Amino acid sequence: MRRLAAAALAMVVVAAGCGGGDDDGTVTVSAAASLKTALTEYGESFDGAAVRLSFAGSDELAAQIRKGVRPDVFAAANTKLPDALYDEGLVEKPVAFAGNRLVIAVPARSDIRTVDDLARRGVKLAIGSASVPVGEYTRTVVARLGAARGDAILANVRSEEPDVKGVVGKVDQGAVDAGFVYVTDVVATDGKLRVIELPARLQPTVAYGVAVVKGAHNPEAADRFVDGLVAGDGARILRDAGFEKPR
Amino acid sequence: MSAFRLLLAATLAVALTFLTLPVVAIFVDTSPGDLIGSLGDGAARDALLLSLETTAIAVAVIVAVGTPAAWLLATRAFRGKAVVVTLVELPLVLPPAVAGIGLLASVGPQGILGGVVGDSLVLQTAGVVVALTFVAAPFYLRQAQAAFASIDPALLEASRTLGAGEARTFGRVAVPIAMPGLAAGLALAWGRALGEFGATLMFAGSFRGVTQTVPLAIYDQFATDFPAALALSAVLVCVSAALLLSVKLVTGAGPLGVAAR
Repeated sequence: MRRLAAAALAMVVVAAGCGGGDDDGTVTVSAAASLKTALTEYGESFDGAAVRLSFAGSDELAAQIRKGVRPDVFAAANTKLPDALYDEGLVEKPVAFAGNRLVIAVPARSDIRTVDDLARRGVKLAIGSASVPVGEYTRTVVARLGAARGDAILANVRSEEPDVKGVVGKVDQGAVDAGFVYVTDVVATDGKLRVIELPARLQPTVAYGVAVVKGAHNPEAADRFVDGLVAGDGARILRDAGFEKPR
Repeated sequence: MSAFRLLLAATLAVALTFLTLPVVAIFVDTSPGDLIGSLGDGAARDALLLSLETTAIAVAVIVAVGTPAAWLLATRAFRGKAVVVTLVELPLVLPPAVAGIGLLASVGPQGILGGVVGDSLVLQTAGVVVALTFVAAPFYLRQAQAAFASIDPALLEASRTLGAGEARTFGRVAVPIAMPGLAAGLALAWGRALGEFGATLMFAGSFRGVTQTVPLAIYDQFATDFPAALALSAVLVCVSAALLLSVKLVTGAGPLGVAAR
């Protein structure tokens, strides 16, 4: 009996130790879903600290930080969310580290050619939900098309996904005919999906912002991780994956 | 009190605290006003109606098909029965993401039955019902099979000796006797269906009024409006609890008589 109790006590102690003791050599990064491939590669090559990555819609990650979750680094698919968290005193000064282009993704053998084709009756679309950056950019594009075409396109929306990977998945599975995603997401599908570029006058400015979270367990490594994203290995990997320089 | 009794009591206290704390927290942070107020939000109301509609259809299908199927499994011995039972119960242990992938690979537009179903299910309300049925059915089947299996064979024998055929024995004797167990299974399946998230998102997507059930609406609101997400969570807890309780009351299982055999 006493031995059992001792074992239970030992487990509690070990569990408590695991919870608090990762401030030596681990950087925890909450990052936008669209950064998945590039940051995974960067994280594996990062020197001096193990990188633990968590990907989701930027808005979900920001909401987690507001509710007390403390990753070391927050990388979002816009600058609005890191700036807002900075104003709320939750992160250090953010910096823009990459740009991207919003495009239309269609299956390789689709007959959709232009943004106007999306307004046709019977075309099915997936877009990001209103709160996730890709969904906000999409709504900017649709608003620039004017009421008539914009409304026709929104009427064709069949799913509002929590992050951009959800949109890619719905197009990839043939659940919808097209979706608004970033050009880098299509590159990552290795030819299964095709890009339809938006005319320059419709293209929103897609800028990625990153910040070290206040109270980071490992601020030194977090700083180095961010520096590498701005100018270093991370920046190089991002360019290779099709991300642009920040504008 | 012996040390062992003390340990038992302590483990129960730990389990109880751990399991109730998140639910308690939802209600601590939500005033009754917020709870009512959240129903004034159009998206939340649409989600609630859609959840009630899709789970009701799924549960009706599960009971209609599952009850006779469970009866057969409970009363017959045949080669490979263990395999059949295992296969039927398999969705119980599947992660929702695996269920979503499986549904896409089977009845999605590019699935093995894609030529037949096309896109009639994916991103449609019917697709939500399919996802809910898939994840919830095993809960009912398992419980119903156990309920039928625990009926005293002498009662069924008596029914047959008195001239009732198998259909009559099933409908007039077996189902009424097994009712508390069937009700418990129904309540479990309904609760699982109400909470379904991952398979629904992957297979049916998220669109207000069409496929956005309450769990999806909560996830959607979480990023922008945490209090609203919290209030809608509280509503879902209340609705689930009310459903489970009324199912048990209506079928006479008693409010506390969980899984009566």
